[in-house]
Amino acid sequence: MSEHLLSIMTFLPILGMAILLLIPRENDSLLKSFTLIVTLVTFAVSLPLAFNPVFTTDGGMQYKEFASWISVGDFFEMNYNVGIDGISLWLVMLTTFIMPIAVLSTWQAVEKNIKGFMALLLLLETGMLGAFISLDLFLFYIFWELMLIPMYFLIGIWGGKNRIYAAVKFFIYTAVGSLLMLVAILFVYYYALQSGMKMDGFSIAQFYQLQVPAHAQLWLFLAFAFSFAIKVPMFPLHTWLPDAHTEAPTAGSVILAAILLKMGTYGFVRFAMPLFPDALATCMPYLATLCVIGIIYGSLVAMVQTDVKKLVAYSSVAHLGFVMLGVFALNLQGLTGGMIQMINHGISTGALFLIVGFIYERRHTREISEFGGLAKRMPIFTTIFLIITFSSIGLPGTNGFVGEFLALVGAFESGLRWYAVVATTGVILAAVYMLWMFQRVMFGEITNPKNAELQDLNAREIVLMIPLLVFVFWIGIYPNTFFSKMSPALENLIIQVKGKQQVAMVQPIEAPHHVEFK
Amino acid sequence: MYDKLWLIPFFPLVGSIINGLFGKRYIKSEKVIGGIGTLAVVCSFIVSLSCFFQLSAGTEKVYEAVYGSWMTVGQLQINWELLLDPLSALMLLVVTGVGSLIHLYSIGYMHGEVGFYRFFSYLNLFVFAMLMLVLGGNALVMFIGWEGVGLCSYLLIGYYFEKKSAGDAAKKAFVVNRIGDFGFLLGLLTLYWTLGSKGVWTINFVEISHNAHLLGPGSVVVTVITLLFFLGATGKSAQIPLYTWLPDAMEGPTPVSALIHAATMVTAGVYMIGRMNGLFAMAPDTMMVIAIVGAATAIFAASIGFAQNDIKRVLAYSTVSQLGYMFLAMGVGAFTAGIFHLMTHAFFKACLFLGSGSVIHAMHHGLHHAHLNDDPQDMRNMGGLSKKMKVTYWTFLIATIAISGVPLFSGFFSKDEILWWAAGSTRGGWMLWVVAAGAAGMTAFYMFRCVSMTFWGPQKTNAKAKDHIHESPWVITLPLVVLAFLAVVGGYVGVPAALGHFVHIPNYLEGFLEPVFGHAQETYQIAIKANMAHSLLAEFGLMGMSVLIAGIGIALACYFYLKTDVPARFVAAFPKLHRAVFNKWYIDELYDFLFVNPCKRFGLFLWKGFDVNVVDGVVNGVGRVMQLFSAGLRYIQTGFVQNYAMGMVIGVVVIVGFYVLR
Repeated sequence: MSEHLLSIMTFLPILGMAILLLIPRENDSLLKSFTLIVTLVTFAVSLPLAFNPVFTTDGGMQYKEFASWISVGDFFEMNYNVGIDGISLWLVMLTTFIMPIAVLSTWQAVEKNIKGFMALLLLLETGMLGAFISLDLFLFYIFWELMLIPMYFLIGIWGGKNRIYAAVKFFIYTAVGSLLMLVAILFVYYYALQSGMKMDGFSIAQFYQLQVPAHAQLWLFLAFAFSFAIKVPMFPLHTWLPDAHTEAPTAGSVILAAILLKMGTYGFVRFAMPLFPDALATCMPYLATLCVIGIIYGSLVAMVQTDVKKLVAYSSVAHLGFVMLGVFALNLQGLTGGMIQMINHGISTGALFLIVGFIYERRHTREISEFGGLAKRMPIFTTIFLIITFSSIGLPGTNGFVGEFLALVGAFESGLRWYAVVATTGVILAAVYMLWMFQRVMFGEITNPKNAELQDLNAREIVLMIPLLVFVFWIGIYPNTFFSKMSPALENLIIQVKGKQQVAMVQPIEAPHHVEFK
Repeated sequence: MYDKLWLIPFFPLVGSIINGLFGKRYIKSEKVIGGIGTLAVVCSFIVSLSCFFQLSAGTEKVYEAVYGSWMTVGQLQINWELLLDPLSALMLLVVTGVGSLIHLYSIGYMHGEVGFYRFFSYLNLFVFAMLMLVLGGNALVMFIGWEGVGLCSYLLIGYYFEKKSAGDAAKKAFVVNRIGDFGFLLGLLTLYWTLGSKGVWTINFVEISHNAHLLGPGSVVVTVITLLFFLGATGKSAQIPLYTWLPDAMEGPTPVSALIHAATMVTAGVYMIGRMNGLFAMAPDTMMVIAIVGAATAIFAASIGFAQNDIKRVLAYSTVSQLGYMFLAMGVGAFTAGIFHLMTHAFFKACLFLGSGSVIHAMHHGLHHAHLNDDPQDMRNMGGLSKKMKVTYWTFLIATIAISGVPLFSGFFSKDEILWWAAGSTRGGWMLWVVAAGAAGMTAFYMFRCVSMTFWGPQKTNAKAKDHIHESPWVITLPLVVLAFLAVVGGYVGVPAALGHFVHIPNYLEGFLEPVFGHAQETYQIAIKANMAHSLLAEFGLMGMSVLIAGIGIALACYFYLKTDVPARFVAAFPKLHRAVFNKWYIDELYDFLFVNPCKRFGLFLWKGFDVNVVDGVVNGVGRVMQLFSAGLRYIQTGFVQNYAMGMVIGVVVIVGFYVLR
């Protein structure tokens, strides 16, 4: 089983979807329970990955699977080529971990066409897992696009009032980026063929060996970076996010925040940076500037939001700024901080969207001014909300601090010192917007009579928050569980990026003259 | 006992969890909840005490305990480590000792509150965080405590969360502290990176002390690092410019004000500088800044104390002012004196706050009985309470005498030690002394104003409520008595050399803290001795003058507020000045104007102006352009074959023509 573990895990949800389609659409509870079971089984299947000690010592790909898929002579070949290392490991785990929670959160929230909703969730899970484990660039692209479609429908069908606008905006933004990436992928592939490399499909490992001339790197990098930056999202390509988040149903927002955004950051780490290290070096100041602007900008805009969900969405822009700053630091501390901050953001912001969902289900509004004084009616909710709020603020002892601190340490040790200084002001602003929101929603007298009858969280809601709370403290107090398995892979990555940068510096590589596309 | 060091923070943590999870549903009984909370801190106190004795008896003065790794990433190695040395041992005693008393007091004070369990859970959590701050063996473990106490402060200030003012104050406290924490964090990062570039990757306190010289005495980088840390200290310890949160923090229940906002948390900044004295001693410029900020805060906050009518606000400004003294001490290199004042201040200020709490408790009770809505904290409603509340009165008076610097009480010894060092410091010595001595006189004045308005003179409480004002129960008065006792005798552990010389009492504290501060203090001490030609006459002269100033302050306050209407006439004569002082010199308004409102406006502009108009304008604009294009192009698709044929012909002509004519 172990040699096909990744495939089993990835395709279990889509298999589940196929079976789901056979269940009569009236049978709501069966549809829900079945989806929950499928996601739970997927999580169980993925668990051995997390416990495998091999990641602590070996930074290479594990659980590799390879099968030839499409081959058109020498001209085009792509393979089913998957594997996992310390970088993708925790993102895969995050995905399988969040999915059951997301499914459980929809128990009462989704009313129309539950069958379609659940089927799309399962399809989405396969897409996300596939993207994280792909070792073939074209395969990655297929999974990447596969994720886009279910999300589009989740927002467009089950979303709020403005759902069509949000869904179309989400789709167009992401599709524009993807198309540029597709062109870049094809270019790199044919470039590799032209330069006489014997390609095993779009194998990433082989692309890593490739030396692309600096000027071509720049354009290719920009194409990749553009696509990933939209997904992250990095300032100023973030405006799809508040709309998509606000309109999406709770489960959609949770998945979007927790996992889909990580596709962008993961794309940088896995593809854009190691493939085009020289272009990365050239663009570094601009990228770091965008990160820092994103942190400050996201925080300031979050501060003045009147809609809780939009506030959380803008806070994502700020948090992801920290992630990218750490990643761009290109040293072990920064990358580790960036990686763990991806997980943290998945947990904390995912939890915040769940929390917003709880009060939305009760009041059918997300306007901050509609609330106030909830702490009196809902003590359990208050406690959980408080913990998550402070985790999002980055209080030491919670997960948020570990990620931010390491990202800043990394940036400080690299050339991004001054960026880190400015970014640190983000910790002040985070406290401002989160606590102000918390005060307006939870504290004060109950002025709105509709809030006077609110019920505290029920058992289901508590159960789905508990695992998130566990990880808030686990990562906050003993993050080494996660670091130890990331480090070897990240060290490999650093060698890959920096090693190639140095080669390029010593010996500038000219484009082979015979490169011409027939 | 050293190997049981972890027990000290462990007990309160457990207490907090038990009360937090089970207090409301399962335990319910106030006695049990309060008992668990108090017992947890008492247990910590006992362990601390045994550690303290072992440390004083033993020869090994520094003990580090490592409990595994927190973060291991490459050369970044951060452990869960605790550090016991004379400094932390002393601080442990203050925190757990005063903490135990205040927990006991809270059982009585918080009686009948709906959130009784919540209060004790938070209070225990606070003690846990404070102990982590004190015991933290490296800057990051300290930072856990540092922000942890900020969290608990937030929770406890906002304890009455239904009041908007409480919610505002809580948020303000946390955010202002965060500005300080920003400094702490940046200082930490810079320190880590700079030391690392010298080959020492560490944030461990002992190693920082050992390697501080690598940064170069007086170098720019060490000045920057220490200034950043000091920014952290100004946030936590409410110094200029970040003091504004502390007076508002009085929204919390009174035991909270006593424990967090007087005795322990707000002294964390002083403690942190003491903890890193080796580093700070390397940066004379920073030390100068600290001394000036401390002295300025001492006198500035004292001036605001003149015009406040809320008994807790008077004490709050007094706390800010007294913390200024501690920073002054740290700034002139008198680390021992700063910690000494920290300790005595913890005794007398906790006593004052708890005493004010006892008064408020009684006033509240009385007003409640009479169904009146008068403010139970407004001193203008009090007066003559000395007859009604004997124990509260006497303890409050003793603590007031102590804070005013009357000889033989604890405050006298510690304050005088600071004044002496300030006078002797090499830079700006006498000016620092003048400011600090002036502030001491002002302290004596406003504190005795407070006593006279509250306890002396005619009773101004509404007649209907008067008879319902009683002395508080023993759980409240017992801590008062103990703290008042400490406020008297606490000073004898650090009798200044000049006095001790005559009565043969050694300066015990200086000897005890010598292993921590000795080295850093030495350089400053030598300078002072050279400066002042260490004559007994000079020391006694200065001492006499400061006593005289305090005496004048006391006399004026008693005279003005008991016998005359001078204050009222003064207010009538200078209405603008009075209003400015009463409104805290409009500093809050200034900050709102300078920082808060522009930030909000800018955020709003970025959102409505940039996000919605510019970015989305472009995005939607592209969409619009596409629509317009296709709307236009639609007309070409007429469906008539003739039109298409016409197009083809034109196209062919153009292309052929292009190649022919080229």
